[in-house]
Amino acid sequence: MLNIKNLEAKVDNKHILNGLNLDIKPGEVHAIMGPNGSGKSTLANVLSGKNGYETKGEIKYDGQNLSELSTEERAQKGIFLAFQYPLEIPGVNTNVFLRTSLNSLRKARGEKELDTLSFLKIVKEKSSELGIDEKFLSRQLNVGFSGGEKKKNEILQMKILQPKLSILDETDSGLDIDALRIVADGVNSYKNKENAFLIITHYQRLLDYIKPDFIHVLSKGKIVKTGNANLGVELEKTGYANFI
Amino acid sequence: MKTEDLKNIKDYKYGFTTDVENIRSPKGLSEETIRFISNIKKEPSWMLDWRLKAFNRLKVLKEPDWQKPKYPKINYQDLYYYSAPKSASAKPKSLDEIDPKILETYKKLGIPLDEQKRLNGIAVDAVFDSVSVATTFKDELTKKGIIFCSISEAIQKYPDLVKKYLGSVIPLSDHYFATLNSAVFTDGSFVYIPPNTRCPMELSTYFRINASETGQFERTLIIADKGSYVSYLEGCTAPMRDENQLHAANVELVALDDAEIKYSTVQNWYPGDENGVGGIYNFVTKRGACRGKNSKISWTQVETGSAITWKYPSCILQGDNSVGEFYSIAITNNHQKADTGTKMIHLGKNTKSKIISKGISAGKADNMYRGLVEIKNKASNSRNYTQCDSLLMGNKCGAHTIPYIKNNNSTSTIEHEATTTKINEEQLYYCNQRGLDQEEAVSLIVNGFCKEVLQQLPMEFAVEAQKLVAISLEGSVG
Repeated sequence: MLNIKNLEAKVDNKHILNGLNLDIKPGEVHAIMGPNGSGKSTLANVLSGKNGYETKGEIKYDGQNLSELSTEERAQKGIFLAFQYPLEIPGVNTNVFLRTSLNSLRKARGEKELDTLSFLKIVKEKSSELGIDEKFLSRQLNVGFSGGEKKKNEILQMKILQPKLSILDETDSGLDIDALRIVADGVNSYKNKENAFLIITHYQRLLDYIKPDFIHVLSKGKIVKTGNANLGVELEKTGYANFI
Repeated sequence: MKTEDLKNIKDYKYGFTTDVENIRSPKGLSEETIRFISNIKKEPSWMLDWRLKAFNRLKVLKEPDWQKPKYPKINYQDLYYYSAPKSASAKPKSLDEIDPKILETYKKLGIPLDEQKRLNGIAVDAVFDSVSVATTFKDELTKKGIIFCSISEAIQKYPDLVKKYLGSVIPLSDHYFATLNSAVFTDGSFVYIPPNTRCPMELSTYFRINASETGQFERTLIIADKGSYVSYLEGCTAPMRDENQLHAANVELVALDDAEIKYSTVQNWYPGDENGVGGIYNFVTKRGACRGKNSKISWTQVETGSAITWKYPSCILQGDNSVGEFYSIAITNNHQKADTGTKMIHLGKNTKSKIISKGISAGKADNMYRGLVEIKNKASNSRNYTQCDSLLMGNKCGAHTIPYIKNNNSTSTIEHEATTTKINEEQLYYCNQRGLDQEEAVSLIVNGFCKEVLQQLPMEFAVEAQKLVAISLEGSVG
């Protein structure tokens, strides 16, 4: 699904990614761990197509060269990024935002736009799965949301938009244990043979709930170690020092 | 909004002209022109006298020049002050008698004058250049005693009402453009709602400038008698011309005891091209008097068109417990300029006013909120709340806020909040990541920014206004 070869990324002439390689197949869950400044969020931003990065190397997504696609085209083709810091958009209801988003994706896929009623049905179903109060959806997008609410909202969006590749950028940071479980349940209930996850995290604790197939250690813009779920437990004990 | 729709309207879609034969006044501003206008409208002598009085006053008035947007000197002798389609000179009695070309024009504009195909529950008065060409739903309104007609007709048929209220809110000698209007106004709408009557439908006037080298000077007068309610909408468009055209209207509202007037404007006059050539000078005086106790006047405006918009819809809160509101969205793009806001003059006790202004500036445009809140010494326990938000798009536009605040009563309170923000790259990225393209993202964010004002518009207009907001800003980001 995703093949990254020798990816380099620069921002303001500063090298952040230095020859990163990564392959993700459908049905897989990959976790990326690494110290601050190792390039984790940059990887997420480059994959989703954020402006401001100068890149080299190759990223193939479903056989297509990702660098040729705009941010919204990537989203329309099933790449979803759960933001580390979800943005506030005053005056726009969460519901309205979600519907606009879902309909843009449907339009791009040549499907009919959903009317309000069928949309609300979907939202109702997905939000109750996540234990999200419906009142929450009529609030302005992320305005006045707590950290946990913002992250839950990202997971709700993921479940509604049904991406093929979900990138979670430190979704677990700042969450209490209950919110963490809700987020993890959201991911686990969405996981299937067709879709894949790239989970960026600092801590092992999220990986207690979401079992990754692979854990990669990122350091200075490169993957320096890849292992299975046990690697996370090891990291938690010894820290990154042994790997970087 | 679909992309093909956007493409259709990308270039100002109202920019066409209609080829009709016109009757024009002599060129230039003179007593002769005024007599011509009064004569062609078969006005009674008191009306002509009133106009001439204004004209005499005009001779000693100076054109104001304190506004932010500067413009080349207008040659008032080079304008036509009256232009009417020849076919409308004998006022058509029914829609069948209206020049089909004019009907076609309104159809193109999406304003059906045909009552069969009407917009649900909206009565329309259509003003084409200097004359009102059609007013729909008259009979239905007449049954309730509601008068909704052109001001020219009102001068003939309801002289007592006109004499009593015309100029009672905007006096003859008010200021240059208002006085100019009093001398040469051509047509406009007249509304009278009798006591304890709730007008059963939205009343609407649609203004269209068609002829070239012509100024439009319409005059609207709305009177809500005791305990009545009316909601009035106005819309405006003009053809694309590379000359600047002057539009200097006067709108007067009078609300008596316990009456309420809601006045909404969606102004989409031709804004000029990308290089700032052409476009309408929209120099309008709008003022409402809350004359009775517990009365209320609410202005809502969505200003997206015009090369220069220069107007301050105001409320004079005379009656005790009266309420004035002003909700505004002013969008300027390319070389457009706006200097707009409101005046809230508190005279009565326990009067309240609320101002919500949203200014959006893109391209090389300049957007100014200028407003006066004045609480006079007898207006005890009065309150004002003002919120002015500006949104900037790009690096070449400007936003300015100048609030004038005068509180002469120690029991009264004035609150003013203002924010200026730039459209945020991160927000756009967030929207893009959710599949919205740049235009959709901007439209979503801007409509969110304007929401408090858009909510004030009647349903049918709110949808239109939302689209208009998106279109006006097209191509301004990215």
